[in-house]
Amino acid sequence: MEKTDNNKAWLLVIPVFILVALSAIIPIMTVVNYSVQDTFGGNKFFWVGTEWFTDVLRSERFHNALGRNLLFSFIILCIEIPLGIWIALSMPRKGIWVPVCLIMMALPLLIPWNVVGTIWQIFARGDIGLLGHTMSLLGVDYNYTNNIFDAWVTIIIMDVWHWTSLVVLLCYAGLVSIPEAYYQAARIDGASKWSIFRFIQLPKMRGVLIIAFLLRFMDSFMIYTEPFVLTGGGPGNSTTFLSIDLVKQAIGQFDLGPAAAMSLIYQLIVLLICYVFFTVMSHVGTDKPIEEKVE
Amino acid sequence: MLELQNLSKKVGSSTHINDVSLTLEKGSLYVLLGATLSGKTSLMRLMAGLDKPTSGEILMNGQSVLKTPVQKRNIAMVYQQFINYPGFTVYENIASPLRVAGVNKKAIDIQVREAADLMKLTPYLDRGVLNLSGGQQQRTALARALVKGAELVLLDEPLANLDYKLREELRIELPRIFAEAGAIFVYATTEPQEALLLGGRTVTLREGSVTQFGKTIDVYNNPTNLETAQTFSDPPMNVIPMQKRGVDFTFSDGQVSCPKDLLGLPDGAYNIGIRPHHLMLNQSEATTLKIQAPVSSTEISGSETFIHVSQDDLKLVVLTHGVHRVGIGDHIDIYLDPSKFFIFDQHDALVSAPNVGIA
Repeated sequence: MEKTDNNKAWLLVIPVFILVALSAIIPIMTVVNYSVQDTFGGNKFFWVGTEWFTDVLRSERFHNALGRNLLFSFIILCIEIPLGIWIALSMPRKGIWVPVCLIMMALPLLIPWNVVGTIWQIFARGDIGLLGHTMSLLGVDYNYTNNIFDAWVTIIIMDVWHWTSLVVLLCYAGLVSIPEAYYQAARIDGASKWSIFRFIQLPKMRGVLIIAFLLRFMDSFMIYTEPFVLTGGGPGNSTTFLSIDLVKQAIGQFDLGPAAAMSLIYQLIVLLICYVFFTVMSHVGTDKPIEEKVE
Repeated sequence: MLELQNLSKKVGSSTHINDVSLTLEKGSLYVLLGATLSGKTSLMRLMAGLDKPTSGEILMNGQSVLKTPVQKRNIAMVYQQFINYPGFTVYENIASPLRVAGVNKKAIDIQVREAADLMKLTPYLDRGVLNLSGGQQQRTALARALVKGAELVLLDEPLANLDYKLREELRIELPRIFAEAGAIFVYATTEPQEALLLGGRTVTLREGSVTQFGKTIDVYNNPTNLETAQTFSDPPMNVIPMQKRGVDFTFSDGQVSCPKDLLGLPDGAYNIGIRPHHLMLNQSEATTLKIQAPVSSTEISGSETFIHVSQDDLKLVVLTHGVHRVGIGDHIDIYLDPSKFFIFDQHDALVSAPNVGIA
């Protein structure tokens, strides 16, 4: 075939280049740029090398926030994954209640983060909130503005209320794809409900559970809006997660260098943990990958 | 011995199984043959105890099992989909019914290896079952059914989801394996060919009713009614209306003299059934009847060609060897041999079959 000389292909490629440059490369490089320089305003920068990174990694403030993040994500996963599976198992497989249940489950997902935060913030207030006021009438000493435990519980409940549905919907999709014949075969074998769950439903949900797990981890690890709306990171620093701390540093204190270094470290941590989770979970419950192609 | 007595199953206003009575002996293979929705799966579910019949009785070795729950009936079932425990290895899958039964480890090991050997699964015993091909997955399911030592093994179109080659392979192996196991095997299929290859006895089903029950080859050669003949022929048997008057068979296209052994047939209207491979494109001494009709479509399947012709109400399928190119709309001559005729009366009951004579 004869080769024709034209450069029209550039027209097709350039929009992608521009899009990726504007949406990813330029912003990230800006952050990288800030993270290795210091400024005293007036648009004057000077090189500091990895100083901000070592500073952030050594600071107790960062360690504490990271610890809170890890604890929070751990609690969220421990609650939302089993709860999501359980709700998905209890949902009807056929009949008129299926769409009703699905819509009910989808509703929380449609509500913006800060609206969820505001709803619960008001709902849980001791003076005017239905929940908070009822609690105090019952004699329960509940106050999220000055009790660390209460603040955490409130944020966890918000997140569970908001996001368990996602796990439910994913698990439900996995469950309905199991052919009826599996359940028949289980009945013939005399399998108990637990065996059906353990040996049929759970392995069949593996794929969607990995996705649910990763999504919920990433999202909970990036928690910002709920504690921000509820207490702004308090009481004290007890709900100051990495993202809140980051915003405080970058916008509150205008420490652009340390904030940039911190955001890069933050991002690497998310990537690293997701990578580890994914690798481990993809190998759990299956045997070794096929090495040779079999007939 | 499994006896079904006047079994019926109604769901709402529709009848899934209509008054079925069968006796199934140990160590034999029974083929349930019928089109999709003819009631094969419904009947199997009743035999298994997964569904309760609306009326009728099921006896296992003379004892009613209607009240026995399915897990206590000692049955095994293999499905069209490849049903195995997804997280288990092949070994664990085959061993699972024995583990439930509380067999000791050594005995399990021996039985699993035996079944794996029989189903050619030995090299894959440590593999996760989802990493196997469809054929191997189904072999695993079959092996699991075999080790269970069930009295009744139900196979619901087990080969339907496999590709052609694997299907051929298993079809040849299965009868031998069944013969060794000594259980009652019930095998549902939509394919007449499969029934013939498996042998045993065949139950033809249509709209939830048994149309015939007997040795597979007898049912094929001597279908007692048009429905059975249609079910047990793929593509379906051609049907041509015919009038017998004295010594002649009169068709819309002409007439032939009645074969000698059919002279005793009373005069009247009949339907001729003739299998697609008995319609000839070339004249020979035996083919005394000629039909001319336009081609409506052709299907070439390599070694065979199906030619569909249609004229007015008459629709015929010709199955011929080799690849034939005929243009759509071309008028072709089709030759018929009266000695290959199945003859059905006005109530669709068989009055004469080839090689068998008047029933």
